[in-house]
Amino acid sequence: MSALIGEMVTKALKLNIPLSVHLDLTYRCNERCIHCYLDHHDHGEMTTVEIKDLLDQMADAGVFYLTISGGEIMMRRDFFEILEHARKRTFCIKLKTNGILIRSNEADRIKALGVESVQISIYSHIPDVHDAITKLPGSLADSIEAIRRLRAHGIHVIIANVLMVKNASDYEGVKALAAELGAQFMLDPTVTPMMDGDRGILNLNVDEAALREVFRNEGLVGNVEEFCAPPKGPNESDLDMLPCSAGHTACYVSPYGDVYPCVQFPLPSGNVRSTRFVDIWRNSPELNEVRSITLRDMPSCSVCTHGGTCTRCPGLAYLEGNMRGPSSQDCEKSYARTGIPSENLKKRRAASFSSSHLVQIQGLQSSVAI
Amino acid sequence: MSDKPYVARSNMIAARVLGNETMVMSASDSTLFTLDEVATLIWESADGLTPLEEIVKNKVCTQYDVSPEVALKDAEVLVKQLAGHGLMLLSDRPVAQPSEFPKVNP
Ligand code: SF4
Ligand code: SF4
Repeated sequence: MSALIGEMVTKALKLNIPLSVHLDLTYRCNERCIHCYLDHHDHGEMTTVEIKDLLDQMADAGVFYLTISGGEIMMRRDFFEILEHARKRTFCIKLKTNGILIRSNEADRIKALGVESVQISIYSHIPDVHDAITKLPGSLADSIEAIRRLRAHGIHVIIANVLMVKNASDYEGVKALAAELGAQFMLDPTVTPMMDGDRGILNLNVDEAALREVFRNEGLVGNVEEFCAPPKGPNESDLDMLPCSAGHTACYVSPYGDVYPCVQFPLPSGNVRSTRFVDIWRNSPELNEVRSITLRDMPSCSVCTHGGTCTRCPGLAYLEGNMRGPSSQDCEKSYARTGIPSENLKKRRAASFSSSHLVQIQGLQSSVAI
Repeated sequence: MSDKPYVARSNMIAARVLGNETMVMSASDSTLFTLDEVATLIWESADGLTPLEEIVKNKVCTQYDVSPEVALKDAEVLVKQLAGHGLMLLSDRPVAQPSEFPKVNP
């Protein structure tokens, strides 16, 4: 983060301004990615008028960074009308899309509307692997074509690569593809639970050995020694640390107008169809509760050796049942990074060992019984 | 500068007032700037229709203890800087409809 952005964030925190909003226009999508955390049916998306009014409210509330995402944003016929309105209200606009519907004319319009960046997910540089993940034949070729079009207009493109078992060995290939296309490369090593809390898709996550390899890749993490340094344990000032921007300077709005602290933190905090955005932001008891939590208030993490350096996501902790608790996926990441297991991870491993042990004995017993 | 008396905010920017400052980002290269209180006043008044001299006289000099000559000089430096980064347009005639956005075929 640049010093100037850091100053802005500090000021926004002090003034209680929602500097960044992630707005999903739709959960409908033309791909069916195996790791997607959304329900793709339309349960009553906000209308064009509602979204434009929301954009006005957000601009008036001080929102600067606006991430427009989905689902697939171009599935909305009014997408460009919404984008034009967002531009008029002078947001810094970031788009997330699979790019499949970006033809030459769409690329022209995105350029003309001064979008800051367009993020496109590429899961593999190998068509069969990528298309098997999106479940849409030809999708890699289409997404790459969109990236070429956007780059030809000089638009900043970010290629996001989610690491999964199915594409675990392809990130170097995707990184090379990004370099060839003149796009920025971003690797996300975590598949997260469904928004409704269903954890079934977590088995798509790579194992600890693969994570360890990623965390020791200088091209991805920079200084490996520093990145993987053993933790020192949280100090006094770490204990006053805020977990992340969720609810503090950022929030999420769903296509149905529901407000959450973050797209990955589905704590219902209000709905813009019944309450003004700024009133939800300032007065929602849920957002205020999120804001009140520092590392000091987290029983496990505050005494964990990783407490001061962990990437703990409060949203993932919430999805595990306790927003003040540890996030096991981050415990695993901290372990893969440093080789030092948290107490939570040790407990979980012991529990899963004993349950798998029991299952095996039961199996043997039943086969004996047969 | 005196031959370009009109100033208008560019359309290709992101901007938001944060307290008494304004964050402005150029859409062409994502460079971020913050404008202090006085610069914010000029920025907000840059409607393309009011000459800079008038903005300085009616907005800046009425709120700050500064002579119009000094304030105008500073304002000229500021708007030139902003124009250099594509954040502001300078024109020798009023800029019509500065809030209109480039249109492309739908
Ligand atoms: S850490 Fe989790 S809740 Fe916080 S901003 Fe990141 S994804 Fe959202
Ligand atoms: S490693 Fe686990 S327990 Fe430790 S701080 Fe991170 S999330 Fe909390």
